[in-house]
Amino acid sequence: MTEENLSTLATQTLEVSLGPQHPSTHGVFRMNATLDGETIVKLKPVMGYLHRNHEKLAEDMTYLGSMPYTDRLDYICSMTNNFAYALAVEKLAGLEVPERAEYIRIIMAELTRLVNHTLLIGFLLNDLGAFFTPVLYAFREREKILDLFESVSGSRMMCNYFRFGGVKIDFSPGFLEGVKSIIQNYPKFLDEFEKLLSENEILMARCQNVGVLSKELAISAGISGPMLRASGVPYDIRKVDGYSIYNRFNFRVPIGEVGDVYDRYYVRILEMRESIKILAQAVKEIPEGPFISPKGAAGAKAPRTFKPPKGQVYGRIEAPKGELGFYLVSDGSPKPYRYHVRPPSFINLTILEDMCIGNKIADAIVTLGSVDIVLGEVDR
Amino acid sequence: MFGFGVLKGMLVTIQNFFASYFSKDHLTTVQYPEERLSAKERYRNFPFLVYDQAPEDPRCVACDICAKECPPKCITIVRDSDAEGKPLKRPKSFDIDYSICMNCGICEEVCPFDAIFMDHEFELAEYGRFEDLMYHKDRLLKPNDHFKKIRPTDATRIDAKLAAKTQKPAPPVGN
Repeated sequence: MTEENLSTLATQTLEVSLGPQHPSTHGVFRMNATLDGETIVKLKPVMGYLHRNHEKLAEDMTYLGSMPYTDRLDYICSMTNNFAYALAVEKLAGLEVPERAEYIRIIMAELTRLVNHTLLIGFLLNDLGAFFTPVLYAFREREKILDLFESVSGSRMMCNYFRFGGVKIDFSPGFLEGVKSIIQNYPKFLDEFEKLLSENEILMARCQNVGVLSKELAISAGISGPMLRASGVPYDIRKVDGYSIYNRFNFRVPIGEVGDVYDRYYVRILEMRESIKILAQAVKEIPEGPFISPKGAAGAKAPRTFKPPKGQVYGRIEAPKGELGFYLVSDGSPKPYRYHVRPPSFINLTILEDMCIGNKIADAIVTLGSVDIVLGEVDR
Repeated sequence: MFGFGVLKGMLVTIQNFFASYFSKDHLTTVQYPEERLSAKERYRNFPFLVYDQAPEDPRCVACDICAKECPPKCITIVRDSDAEGKPLKRPKSFDIDYSICMNCGICEEVCPFDAIFMDHEFELAEYGRFEDLMYHKDRLLKPNDHFKKIRPTDATRIDAKLAAKTQKPAPPVGN
């Protein structure tokens, strides 16, 4: 058949439904892709398979009662979910947080960032077809941090550790030594990980110039977190807002150049190195003192007496995946009148089609992996 | 040189492969159930009730606070009453549905009488889906010694607190 005949051949597009039980979709996410050959011409995300009525449930519960449910939003980083919710409620009720509690919170948030980014890179490699070697190295390191979480909060993943006006309980003996050993050993692991991955030609060929997200599109679509920074926008809420005590720490915000999958991978590696820097400073400076304010402790003991004044508030933090915000409306009763979550992975996911069009179907899987979604948070 | 990065990566996997035979850092797998990790003291799983002397006289006074604060509402308490129908300060029935409980530990936190605590027991598989995981008072009640064994730090603190309370002159009890 000649070239001329090929171009006049009648072809048609093919619709492929990926998920919700596809192992590459990081949960129960579904993509309806329209393919021309192997090239994606249209991609429609379908969400809601893991909807658990999180926001409506919270309206019928005390403020503290929703805290264990926030663990289950992004179940990989329960500590930062607690952090954002506690921050919003404290803003609403005007609660002070003791110095030591602030440091404890920062340590937990940065450890969570290490957990999330390590795991994401492992799973990204799974999506690329490097089955389970990198992800098991990631799991091995993550386990050490989860052990620390368990020793302090009682649970590995569903920590439920933050309280309004502080944290639930002080460090367990030996916790700070554990964090110090993480600070010492994690860079070595990152070096090993980078040796394994960063210069790997297969990884570079699969990731570079794939799923490119331009700076302008990223900003106008409301993308946040490492994805936005990989596109070259130096926007980090830890720097912009300086919430909690982040303005006391010395750290840099890594940004990417191209905005492709490789940049997203590399920005996360660099971010982990910055997190270790913050951890080292926090462990050095942490003062003695109470871990929860007296008012907060009273509220945690009797959640029905905790009644924030009327008003509305939006509290946000830089979660490992992006901007995690809680919007709360109070009518002066012990239950929130309205409770809304601004989940980073849901909003980062909205841009998936624009990043995938024109790429091959195999690249869509990698692009999705680099967005870093957790369906517990997307569907809520 | 093209391909050098792949070789460098393979060196890492080979190092890890051989190190897994010699170093505990590289082979972290625990062969459960033959090997077990010791539970962390603060580990929490499902709640249980504490009694001091006899299971008929638990610390719980059936105040219903834990049942109200429990986020998934898995606790049901019925208060006991004497022959004349006057309510007594002890539960007639105390049920926790373990299939609903989400191990958050809020019941333990809000209990003003230090009567409910999170247990370390986790091998709780049952054949039935509903009634088998519904824990009644008889299965929930455990002696204070059990609590002392699993969480010595908390138990010592709470025992000291309770001892200080009983030493105070008891307020007149109107009967």
